[in-house]
Amino acid sequence: MKPAPFDYVAPRTVAEACAVLSEAGGGATVIAGGQTLMPLLNLRMSQPFILVDVNHIEGFSGVTRVPGGTRIAPATRQAAALKDGTLAAHVPALVSALGHVGHHQTRNRGTIGGSVALGEPAAEMPATAVALGAAIDVASVRGTRTVPAREFYLGPYMTVLEPDELVTGITYPDWGEGHVVLFNELAQRPGDFALTGFVGTLALDGGKITRAGLAWMAMGPTPVAMTEAEAVLAGQTLDGIDIAALSDLALRPTAPFDDQHASAEYRRTVGKRLFEKTLRAALQVKEVA
Amino acid sequence: MSEHRVELTVNGARLAATTEARTSLGDFLRLKGGCTGVHLGCEHGVCGACTVIVDGAAVRSCLMLAVQAEGATVTTAEGLAAADGSLHPVQQAMRENHGLQCGFCTPGVVCTFAALVDRNERPDEAELVNAMSGHLCRCTGYQGIRKAAKALAEGTVGQSQQTGSAA
Repeated sequence: MKPAPFDYVAPRTVAEACAVLSEAGGGATVIAGGQTLMPLLNLRMSQPFILVDVNHIEGFSGVTRVPGGTRIAPATRQAAALKDGTLAAHVPALVSALGHVGHHQTRNRGTIGGSVALGEPAAEMPATAVALGAAIDVASVRGTRTVPAREFYLGPYMTVLEPDELVTGITYPDWGEGHVVLFNELAQRPGDFALTGFVGTLALDGGKITRAGLAWMAMGPTPVAMTEAEAVLAGQTLDGIDIAALSDLALRPTAPFDDQHASAEYRRTVGKRLFEKTLRAALQVKEVA
Repeated sequence: MSEHRVELTVNGARLAATTEARTSLGDFLRLKGGCTGVHLGCEHGVCGACTVIVDGAAVRSCLMLAVQAEGATVTTAEGLAAADGSLHPVQQAMRENHGLQCGFCTPGVVCTFAALVDRNERPDEAELVNAMSGHLCRCTGYQGIRKAAKALAEGTVGQSQQTGSAA
């Protein structure tokens, strides 16, 4: 339970960090909060030659308003984000999900960028980025690019990030005044990875849904966007939603897995139930017995 | 591979030592600082026994590298009681409410509560119980720990008949 040996550098700028990542030719791993990476290192599931600690890079912590959205610097601690007034006002879905990320003690170290970049399919932060249509800024010695969260994830802990690339920020678009937050998950114990769950937002204009952004966690190899359900929701009035039909549509793109904690069938059944229950509560529709 | 010089403050005293980059803060505190109250249990962030206070916040010392703690101020269970041996309110609460059985998880639990109590004189019970979810007690002695949390939230520590010194 001790990591294999590695070198360690703590660069102060993005350029320095990118230079190290480039020179390492794929042998380097970025560490931010380490709350997901350190277990992988301790279990020797990950054995980098060099660890690049991004906690000391200038401007890598904090939340800022940008035109049309809110930008979170990658090494912003989850505990800080949970108490951030700007996020509470503009990205409440993220704050709802954050309360379920690990425990108090891991949130004190864990970062938003680390969780987004690693891409654990059952984790809350990747699903939230996908649901809300976040944009992920990436840098390398070759330049910078911005990847939509919906195109970022390829599989469990697999993303479009090249080995020499570094996440430099995540921007969550505004969903407008008075939008509805949807979040629910089932875990065996508080703080454990979700067995199933989802996160999302409905943008409203009067009683009408103008836009929906919804994604599942732990329901496939990556966060799963509920694309068809989103399309059906857009343009509907709040009281006109057929919840049962919608939850069938929402489940269609999922590909849940069996493991020692829950079968795929269980995840589907409970996921559907959670989704319907949460939507009913959000829409204040009385539950039919 | 790389050796690093790490200097930090542990329980009020300076600790400087050379260590491998891969050494966890928990191992560093035990091996270089003699803080054997830091209990490394699962070493992958699940059990919470290794929790210490780094710059005022409770963190898992198995999920942080010693090199990352350069310049930090660290408090372990050994550093909570006053110099004269009088217990920290959290230790007192655990003692009065039978908050420990075998004691393996206890240093971590105490550090989590102490970080919250020292930051906010009277954290509410829900906040303490929520933070408790980050600790596994294999004796399943949760009710005693929970009672200690309640006493801390209600400010009733030291009012029972079981008050006593650390001796």
